[in-house]
Amino acid sequence: MSVLVYTQNWDGRFKKSSFELVSYGSKVAEMLNTSLVCLSVGAVSDEELKKLGNWGGKRIIRVDNDYCKVLDNQVYTDIIAQIALKEDARVVIMSDNSEGKAVAPRLSVRLKAGMASGVSKLPLSVNPFTLYKRTYSGNAFAHMVVNTDIKIITLSQNSFDLVETPNNAVIETSNITVDGSLVRTVVKESQKQTGKLLLTDAEIVVSGGRGMKSADNWGPLVELAGALGAATACSRPVSDEGWRSHEEHTGQTGKVIAPNLYIAVGISGATQHLAGVSSSKYIVAVNTDKDAPIFEVAQYGIVGDALKVLPKLVEAVKELKK
Amino acid sequence: MKILVCISNVPDTTTKVKFVDSDTKLDTTGIQWVINPWDELSLTRALELKDDPSAGVKSVTVAHVGLPASEPTIRKALAIGADDAFRVNAAPADSYFVAAQLAAVIRKEQYDVILCGIESSDYNGSMTGGMVAEFLGIPSVSAVSDIKIENGSPLLTREIDGGREIVTVPMPFVAIVQKGIAKEPRIASMRGIMTSRTKPVRLYEPEAEEPLTGIKVYEKPSPRAACKFIDPENAGQLITLLQNEAKII
Ligand SMILES: Cc1cc2nc3c(=O)[nH]c(=O)nc-3n(C[C@H](O)[C@H](O)[C@H](O)COP(=O)(O)OP(=O)(O)OC[C@H]3O[C@@H](n4cnc5c(N)ncnc54)[C@H](O)[C@@H]3O)c2cc1C
Repeated sequence: MSVLVYTQNWDGRFKKSSFELVSYGSKVAEMLNTSLVCLSVGAVSDEELKKLGNWGGKRIIRVDNDYCKVLDNQVYTDIIAQIALKEDARVVIMSDNSEGKAVAPRLSVRLKAGMASGVSKLPLSVNPFTLYKRTYSGNAFAHMVVNTDIKIITLSQNSFDLVETPNNAVIETSNITVDGSLVRTVVKESQKQTGKLLLTDAEIVVSGGRGMKSADNWGPLVELAGALGAATACSRPVSDEGWRSHEEHTGQTGKVIAPNLYIAVGISGATQHLAGVSSSKYIVAVNTDKDAPIFEVAQYGIVGDALKVLPKLVEAVKELKK
Repeated sequence: MKILVCISNVPDTTTKVKFVDSDTKLDTTGIQWVINPWDELSLTRALELKDDPSAGVKSVTVAHVGLPASEPTIRKALAIGADDAFRVNAAPADSYFVAAQLAAVIRKEQYDVILCGIESSDYNGSMTGGMVAEFLGIPSVSAVSDIKIENGSPLLTREIDGGREIVTVPMPFVAIVQKGIAKEPRIASMRGIMTSRTKPVRLYEPEAEEPLTGIKVYEKPSPRAACKFIDPENAGQLITLLQNEAKII
C-alpha cells in the first residue's frame, strides 16, 4: 500500500508547489498509516530529486524515456497508472494546475478511481474518504466522498503549508515500458516564459481593474509588484481591452489563484472576478467607491484614487525594505 | 468533419448560491439556468469553424446529460446555431458518470472533434473532457485557447504551466477549451430561435453506470473579518499593517 504523489518538473526543476504536494502527500500517508512514494517523469538530476526528501519524500521513482519529452496526456496517464498499480497506491495526488487537470481525469477512468479536484485541505476523514473541495466557483465548498479503492486528488496550489521533515530520499529508476504508439501529440511550436514569476505560483499578487483608467497608468502598479516580489494580474475588461496580457486575467473565466495576499486596485469585485481570487488569504482593496463590493471581502481597504495611492504604497514598501 | 460540443447546464454566474435539506442540496428557487460559460464559448468556436468553408465542418452537434428540465438549455444552444443535439436522460451524478454516458453515445454516433469546457462553474470539476477521451481511448488536449483546422488537420494552442504550445493530434480527439477559444459568446438570432424548435434532439436512456463520488454536504466559505479602512492620505500605513498585523509581507 502507498500514497503516490506525482511531482511535475519544469525543465528539470521543482517548484514550491512540488514541495507543497510532497508535504501534503506525506500527511495523507500518515493518516492512512502507509508510506509515501514520489513519482518524477522526465530528466531530473539526482540532486534535484533529493530535494523532495526535505518535505517527507522517502522513496522517489524516476521514469525517463523518449516518450515523455512532450506532454502527451495518454502517455503520462499510462506511466502514472503503471506506477500506481505497481506501488499499490491507495491515493494518487497531483497538482490542480494545467498538467494535473490534463492527466488526472484520464487516470481516474483508467484506474476506475474516484477523483476530487481543487482540494484545499487534508482529507476530512479517511473512512469514508472525504475531501474538501471548491465548488460554485469558490462560493461554496463540498465535502466529497470518494467511494473507490483508489482515490485521485488534485490539490489547489498554495493551499497547504510546507512541512519540513528532512530525510534521506532513496531514488529508484523504474524500467516500466511505455507503449510508444500512444504518443500522438506533436508539438509544432513552443513559447515558454522563462524567469518570470507565474501568477499561479505567486504568494503576493497586485491586480488592476478598469479603475486604472488606461494602459498607460500601469507603471506604479508594476513597480509595487516588483518591490513586493509579487506577480501582476488584472480583471477581465482590462485584458479584453488589451491593456494587459490575457495571461493576467483572473476570475471565473480566467485564472483561479490563492495567494497569501491579493491587492485589488480599481476592481469593483464582481462575483465573476471574486470567483478567481476568493481563496486568497488576505485581500486588500483600493477603490474610489466606498460601496464597491470588493470591500466586503477585503480585510484592508483604502478609499481613494489608485493613481494617487499606488506611489505612496511603492514608497512605503521601499522604505520597509531598506 | 463532425464536431460535438458537450454542454453543462449551470446556475447563472451571478447567483448567490444557497443550500437546503441540511446543506446537502442547492436551493434552486429563482435560479436562472445558463449554458456553462466555457461551453458557450466552445459552441461559438465550433460555429465559427463551420462558417469557414476551408475548415470542412459538416455539422455541429450539442451533447448533454441531464433530465428534461434542462431541455431549454439545449434549445438555447440550437438557437445559437448548433444543427442538432442529443440528451442522455439521467441526472448528472458525477463527472465519471456523465463522461461514461457521453462516451457511450459518441461510440454510436461517431464524431471527429469533441469539445468540452475546462470546467463547469458549479462543481468546478475540470474532469469530464479528459474522462470522455480515456473512455474512448483517443487523444485529449487540455487548456486549449485556440483551434484551427488547416488542410483537414487540427492545430491547437494549449496553455502549459509557464507558456504555450501549438500542437496537433490525429482525429478523433477531445479538446478541453479555456479562455481565448472565442472572444464573445454568439447569441441567438430571432431566426435561430424559430428554427431551433424543429431541430432534432435525440434522446438516449442512460447506460448502467455507478458514480464514483458523492457530495455529502456543502459549506459556505468562512466569513472574512470586516474591512479595516486606512486614510488615503496616509496610505503607507497599509504596508505597516500588512507587515506587523497581518504578518504577510
Ligand atoms: C460569464 C461571465 C464571466 C466573467 N468572468 C470574469 C472573470 O473571469 N474575471 C473578471 O474580472 N470579470 C469577469 N466577468 C466580468 C465581471 O462581471 C465584471 O464586469 C468585471 O470583473 C469588472 O471589472 P473591473 O472591476 O475591472 O471593472 P468595473 O466593474 O468597471 O470596476 C471598476 C472599479 O474601479 C473603481 N475606480 C474607478 N476609478 C478609480 C480610481 N481612479 N481609483 C480607484 N478605483 C477606481 C470603480 O469604483 C469601480 O469599482 C465575467 C462576466 C460574465 C458575464
